[in-house]
Amino acid sequence: MRQALQAICLAAALVLSVGVVPALAVRPDEMLSNPALEARARVLSRELRCLVCQNESIDDSNADLAHDLRVLVRDRIKRGDTDQQALAYIVARYGEFVLLKPRFDLRNAALWGTPIVLLLAGGLFMLFGARRRAASPPLSSEEKKELDTILSGRD
Amino acid sequence: MVETGHFALVLAFAMALVQSVVPITGARTGDERLMAVGAPAAIACFLLTALSFAALVTAYVQSDFSVVNVWENSHSLQPLIYKITGTWGNHEGSMLLWVLILTLFGSLVALFGRNLPPSLKATVLSVQGWIGAAFFLFILTTSNPFTRLIPAPIEGRELNPILQDMGLAVHPPLLYLGYVGFSISFSFAVAALIEGRIDAAWARWVRPWTLLAWLCLTGGISMGSYWAYYELGWGGFWFWDPVENASFMPWLAGTALLHSALVMEKRSALKIWTILLAILTFSFSLLGTFLVRSGVLTSVHAFATDPSRGIFILCILTLFIGGSFALFALRSNALVSGGLFHPISREGALVLNNLFLTTAAATVLVGTLYPLAVEALSKDRISVGAPFFELTFVPLMVPLLLAVPFGPMLAWKRGDLYAAGQRLFAAFACALLIGICVLLFVDRTAVLAACGIGLAAWLLLGALTDLVLRSGIGSVPAYVAWRRLVGLPRSVFGTALAHMGLGLTLLGIVSVTTFQGEKIVALNPGENLTVSGYVLHFEGMKAGQGPNFTESRGVFDIMSSGGASLGKIVSSKRFFPARQTPTTEAGIRTFGLSQLYVSLGDPDASGAMVVRAWWKPLVLLIWLGGVVMMLGAATSLFDRRLRVGAPSRRRKAASKLAESPS
Repeated sequence: MRQALQAICLAAALVLSVGVVPALAVRPDEMLSNPALEARARVLSRELRCLVCQNESIDDSNADLAHDLRVLVRDRIKRGDTDQQALAYIVARYGEFVLLKPRFDLRNAALWGTPIVLLLAGGLFMLFGARRRAASPPLSSEEKKELDTILSGRD
Repeated sequence: MVETGHFALVLAFAMALVQSVVPITGARTGDERLMAVGAPAAIACFLLTALSFAALVTAYVQSDFSVVNVWENSHSLQPLIYKITGTWGNHEGSMLLWVLILTLFGSLVALFGRNLPPSLKATVLSVQGWIGAAFFLFILTTSNPFTRLIPAPIEGRELNPILQDMGLAVHPPLLYLGYVGFSISFSFAVAALIEGRIDAAWARWVRPWTLLAWLCLTGGISMGSYWAYYELGWGGFWFWDPVENASFMPWLAGTALLHSALVMEKRSALKIWTILLAILTFSFSLLGTFLVRSGVLTSVHAFATDPSRGIFILCILTLFIGGSFALFALRSNALVSGGLFHPISREGALVLNNLFLTTAAATVLVGTLYPLAVEALSKDRISVGAPFFELTFVPLMVPLLLAVPFGPMLAWKRGDLYAAGQRLFAAFACALLIGICVLLFVDRTAVLAACGIGLAAWLLLGALTDLVLRSGIGSVPAYVAWRRLVGLPRSVFGTALAHMGLGLTLLGIVSVTTFQGEKIVALNPGENLTVSGYVLHFEGMKAGQGPNFTESRGVFDIMSSGGASLGKIVSSKRFFPARQTPTTEAGIRTFGLSQLYVSLGDPDASGAMVVRAWWKPLVLLIWLGGVVMMLGAATSLFDRRLRVGAPSRRRKAASKLAESPS
């Protein structure tokens, strides 16, 4: 099924960039000569989405747009941008949709908060439930009497 | 034949309606004749669906292009195997496969459920009937695979070339067996809620069926992952794609269900929770079907342009998930929860497992649906991709994996964590040592990799420790230990294997993500590239011809860094003229558990070929781990106490013995 989607993405990419046969994602001519900068560019590329694809990062994508974005990322890094500045530059042009890792902001609070809240709530519930079960009420005097009669009857 | 198939499908729908209504009416009114309708109806429903499916496969094999579905997805020159697998390589056909498997499971309950209480069996079959009827109606009204095309075209449009692979023969059927297999535990859960009680038969039944579904789903997911790895040409094995998440959520919930069903079977505790998980797991399966089949994933707007299918599945989804949760809210109070336990106990460990797995499933769910929610509410679009899931899912898994070896060491009811820790000390020390060795001798900067490999070793050794301690290897004479080992319940081996499989998969993932070597260069024939100590000598491109494609193959000689020849790798680019589609066929060469992976790009401006080569150390462990998990599930499935037929046979034998003296 993923393959089908992939094919659709590929088809979309083909339609958008007429006559282009899929190349490999990162091409040698895009790469920066400085290996440290290139490594930073690769890390950033994995956090940016190819806008015409289905959930693919520009590092994985064959589409021309992804190629343009990869070149843009490297261009920003070459100009001395920090990672944050480079990302901000691209988000300013392409919108938040381009980020594969959504920002930590109020709108995404439910997204980032879910695992922590659920884990805490579940953990507290477990502990509380266990306490409640462990602290079962002591026997009433009638129950004690009944127990005594049963125990004495056994002798 | 095509009309026969269509007719059989309509009849199957009618039969599903009978199955939905009659047995449960019998169960509610106590009429045994009505209850007895359930089993033959379920079997007839399966046979009719099978006939319908066979008709569609026949149309594909015969390349009957007067059927729209065949015309859209087949070609006369396609190899036979891809003609057959093309049957479910499209929306309509895959939905037919879905109901075929659903009715198969229904008929299995009908056949093997002789020792179930009749009213429970009748109710379960009716619930299965409801699901079946809904999906038959969906197929017949919005996704009919038997629609004709007049005049019939001479040639078909061919199956999508990316799908022309053995992967399509294995991946979807296994995945659907898993997805739909969870419908059994769902039906049992709903039946228990309707009946208002859960007895011993319920727990005995639910666990093996869950185990079977889990086995198939595990296989389906790892097979799909391997397929994506070798077919898509960039060597990734998991993409956190919404479609993958759709299959991963039922897996996580199903794994939780497997463990809580264990508590319920052995200690009759966690009944209400197990029921809830059974409902949740199948809800995730239905949600996955909706996400994949409605087109909602590309965009809420894409969904809105052709909403008929999506809205239909959304209705099914709301009806079944909403209905079952409402039923749960109304009736779960009627169920008596039993079996007290101390937090430090086997039960406690399994509850902890459930906490982490369900939180992980919820995280994947929120991550998958959040962009849709944001888009629907604010018209903004955001993306949630791999970096999010890596940041949230991995921290959730680490504590769980650390706790895994403790689970089987703790006693039921009240365990001793300190004693378990003592018994696991050797395993822990070895795992630590392995981690340190990785840090010292492999890569001094790879702290995370060392931790990951240590964790994998901890899982593997922890599982082995359990077997060693139970058989008493080292503390009793060898022959006694061997006898004990052989005599251990199969489920103990199942647990150990499944946990070891997890360790193997983890080892593969950590090794590939941290130690893989990558090289992207433009090569002219005669030039070399070096990746992780392997030299690839590019001989040049050769043209080739397949049954329905042309290809150009890049041939590489592999040499070790010393110059010794290690064979060849052929990586190719194919072109399918019928669809005008190019594909890449990665060249893969396996060395032990590691692989060299070569993928071709386009010639660059100077005419040199762009080549991307990876060294993927221990990559095969990712999927072998999945296979070992499946083996674990299969071993557990053959455990004596889970063979559902076994007790009844014994009882019959006993009653015969009792009769014989008289």
